[in-house]
Amino acid sequence: MSDALSDDGSHEDSQEDVMTPAELIVKLEEAWLNEKFSPELMENRSEVVECVMEQLTHMEANLQRVKKGDAKASIHRMEIDRIRFVLSSYLRSRLQKIEKFFPHVLEREKSRGEGEPSLLSPEEFAFAKEYLANTETYLKAVALKRMPPNLQTVDMIKAVPQPYLDSFVFLRVKERQENILVEPETDDQREFVWSCAVDLNVEVCVLVWMAPGDHEPAEITRP
Amino acid sequence: MFCEKSTELIRDLQRVHDGQLPAFSEDGLRQVLQEMECLYEQNQSDVNEAKSEGRAELIPSIKLRHCCLLRNQRCVTAYLYDRLLRIRALRWEYGSVLPANIRFHMCAEELQWFSHYKKSLASFMRALGGGEGLDITQDMKPPKSLYIEVRCLKDHGEFEIDDGTVILLKKNSQHFLPRWKCEQLIRQGVLEHVVS
Repeated sequence: MSDALSDDGSHEDSQEDVMTPAELIVKLEEAWLNEKFSPELMENRSEVVECVMEQLTHMEANLQRVKKGDAKASIHRMEIDRIRFVLSSYLRSRLQKIEKFFPHVLEREKSRGEGEPSLLSPEEFAFAKEYLANTETYLKAVALKRMPPNLQTVDMIKAVPQPYLDSFVFLRVKERQENILVEPETDDQREFVWSCAVDLNVEVCVLVWMAPGDHEPAEITRP
Repeated sequence: MFCEKSTELIRDLQRVHDGQLPAFSEDGLRQVLQEMECLYEQNQSDVNEAKSEGRAELIPSIKLRHCCLLRNQRCVTAYLYDRLLRIRALRWEYGSVLPANIRFHMCAEELQWFSHYKKSLASFMRALGGGEGLDITQDMKPPKSLYIEVRCLKDHGEFEIDDGTVILLKKNSQHFLPRWKCEQLIRQGVLEHVVS
């Protein structure tokens, strides 16, 4: 992949113009896998979502022009279905995490500094707010308002479990990188020299499990 | 014993299989709330007594009652919240209209919560991709083939597929249909995927 497509620079319009559909799908798949396998909510990639949806509409429109019974049409149709599945699955897993951790997600959004990119897309933010309000109203109406005065509130932050950030995740190395130091959790401050994934998205939230000892630096490159 | 009723609520939920919704235990909830009221009143009078007459020996029992109150609150909210999660799952399974026998098991507030949830989800899906909209409750499984063989389990009436052909879904009839059009109907139990 070229530098123009690296993760940190994708928000600028000028760079999106150079993306081919194939590259776009690679980006979508990357976002999808990261989201699916990380325990917490990742940064939103609504620019990718929007582009893919545009692309899908475009493909559908193209398909309308193909005459019936053409073998090419069904291959394209299948491709559309697959892309739509990945896209839906990506959005679904985000939504599931938002529902599961809604107080924490909103809290993080609140404490977000000026200029920091938002975790949630505008529509996800609206959804999370509504979900919180809805659930609070419900609990209040059914039980809390009939409880003794000092027990009529529930602290959602405490009541709803947090994402488990110490869980293990698998990483795939995209680029060879020497001398990445992963701080060990153990007392003896052994240094692990490891060739490690440089995907920022994953690295932030994980504790990478590794067997101690001498290892040849592994190198797995993304096709 | 204190808190017995509230644990019973939780146990009731645990007994039924995941994803199934037992009837809302209005009665159980009322009993727990009554117990809480009782505990609270006893505590109030004991606190007053301990304060005015300096009876320190009352403090442990006040603490015990308070712990029971907290536990009751926690169990009740857990009961209600777990039910919400099950109801949420139903939205994804059955679509926005729930079968009557499930609605029958829900209390009025739950129905309200469900309709709010339904609305939030719908407006979320409509706003996707800059207002273009995408139904993410579809495409739950990776597509394997374009067309699938389905059998009709009940009369559903006419059904239009993408290219404008209208087919009649009659009970026990068998069709070869585009998968993306049938997914919802299969989940609703109108169609059955025939695996040969």
